[in-house]
Amino acid sequence: MRVLVQPQPFDAGALLDGFGAGAGAVVTFTGLVRGDGGLVALDIEHYPGMTERALAAHAQAAADRFGLDDVLVVHRHGHLPVGEPIMMVATAARHRRAAFDAADFLMDWLKSRAPFWKREIGPDGPRGWVEAKADDEAALDRW
Amino acid sequence: MTLDVLYFAWLRERIGAPRERVETNAATVGALVAELAARDDRHAAALSDLSAVRVAVDQDLADWDTPLAGAREIAFFPPMTGG
Repeated sequence: MRVLVQPQPFDAGALLDGFGAGAGAVVTFTGLVRGDGGLVALDIEHYPGMTERALAAHAQAAADRFGLDDVLVVHRHGHLPVGEPIMMVATAARHRRAAFDAADFLMDWLKSRAPFWKREIGPDGPRGWVEAKADDEAALDRW
Repeated sequence: MTLDVLYFAWLRERIGAPRERVETNAATVGALVAELAARDDRHAAALSDLSAVRVAVDQDLADWDTPLAGAREIAFFPPMTGG
């Protein structure tokens, strides 16, 4: 299991090299900064200490629940221009269903329970903080 | 007891500081919120709508009735927007 919280870009290829060796299925999901409505970047704030603890606890919960062979969560913070990767999860399991479900479970949790806050940056500077979505909260009920 | 109280995102902006030391005898998170809101206009404004505020006690998500006995670090922040 590996959890990374960092401002700098991550090298997905390097992180996945050897990941899940011996498993039958590896699923990865990468989230990018979307350029909606003239957005030029996101500033992502987090809670140092709690973020790492919470991500590690939930990665372990996913590993236990879905019987994963391995799990990786990397999440960036700081100033992230449109198009850049924000985060990635990778799950390795014997079969694809567990790997897909575990990645989905981790993403639903990250959206509304990981201590990150996004602020939109437009061409003229900072806009408002991104508001939490009811859909994201409701998605947790699936699990 | 002495607590480190942390604020994130728009709560940090409205309070005007990322953290402060607070001397309190509050028994629960809710009692602490009432004490903080009574301090000044900034605290009152930041903590006026608790439906938009989440709290962690010693880096674990908590509720308004969570006891503060033994706690050291309390954080207030908006609903999280990770991923």
